[in-house]
Amino acid sequence: MDTAVTAKKKWWSGGHSPFNVSYGKLMMWYFLMSDAFTFGALLIAYGTIRFMSPSWPDPNVVFHSFPGMGHADLPLVFVSLMTFILIMSSVTMVLAVHAGKMRDRQAVVKWMAWTILGGAAFLACQAWEWTHLHESGAWWGRNPFLNVDGTQASTNFTNFFFTITGFHGLHVTSGVVLNIIILANVLKGTYEERGHYEMVEKVGLYWHFVDLVWVFVFTCFYLL
Amino acid sequence: MEHTHTGAAHEEHAHDSSTKSIWKTFWILLAITVFEVGLAFLYLEYDFMARWALNGIFVCLTLVKAFFIVAEFMHLRHEIRNLIMTILIPLLLFVWFIIAFLADGDSWKNMRKDLSPGTPVAPATHITNEAAHH
Repeated sequence: MDTAVTAKKKWWSGGHSPFNVSYGKLMMWYFLMSDAFTFGALLIAYGTIRFMSPSWPDPNVVFHSFPGMGHADLPLVFVSLMTFILIMSSVTMVLAVHAGKMRDRQAVVKWMAWTILGGAAFLACQAWEWTHLHESGAWWGRNPFLNVDGTQASTNFTNFFFTITGFHGLHVTSGVVLNIIILANVLKGTYEERGHYEMVEKVGLYWHFVDLVWVFVFTCFYLL
Repeated sequence: MEHTHTGAAHEEHAHDSSTKSIWKTFWILLAITVFEVGLAFLYLEYDFMARWALNGIFVCLTLVKAFFIVAEFMHLRHEIRNLIMTILIPLLLFVWFIIAFLADGDSWKNMRKDLSPGTPVAPATHITNEAAHH
């Protein structure tokens, strides 16, 4: 477990964690670092193919719809909403971690529940976006959108879009499932018995990482 | 979700410094995102700056957002130096990773340009070939 940081502590002389965190938290950090490389590899592959292509579809033309707005041309609006939902759920997650440190079980339950709701809302948005794109003819191996210069686009654009947002969506899904499990444990009183809410912190790290990846996906697919 | 936020702000009981810094981080992230989307809209309407400069701004702002999420939400800034370094130093590989691969993509494009027969006929032949396959 972590101890108070004193000046000139000999971190590597044994007897305590040289990283001043528990084993589980350190391993969560290393897992997230490896996951960062997985997402990094996917996004860099996307970047490489995009740099190699003479022309590429315009995201503002591809992503211009909003649920219930029919054919109104609204680029960026829906994805901004999705981004807002995910940032917001990250905030409720930190608040849950904070409440856990204060040993305030009621507050942990409240903020975890909001986080799960936010994650579910994000997934619902993504499901709508995928359905909408699928209906307009886009899927793996199918790309109905033209390049910016008016030429026929390859399927690289849709392949990368569905693979990367799909992989991210899978992370969000497992994050929601993990959050539900942890919330069930909080309700059962597991962490009250254990004397600390560190599991909330660990699952919180994972949840923030999912938000972090979305920041990059948002930039790479919708802004650039 | 707007409702969530106002609800959250009112239900706050513990107004200590930690909760304050959480909300401060939230407003910074939101402001940067709104600014990015605003710039993208301005560019769509008025085309007021070079595309490469705009992309540079987007990438920088993304890194700023990433910094705030990792440093504040994931609390890395408040951990000891050993932990910060064991996470950040391996990520330096990304410097090589990004430069090498994007440069490769770019050179690939240049080679395709240089080696292609160099006529507008090229795409047309391509389509005929594909049609022959079906």
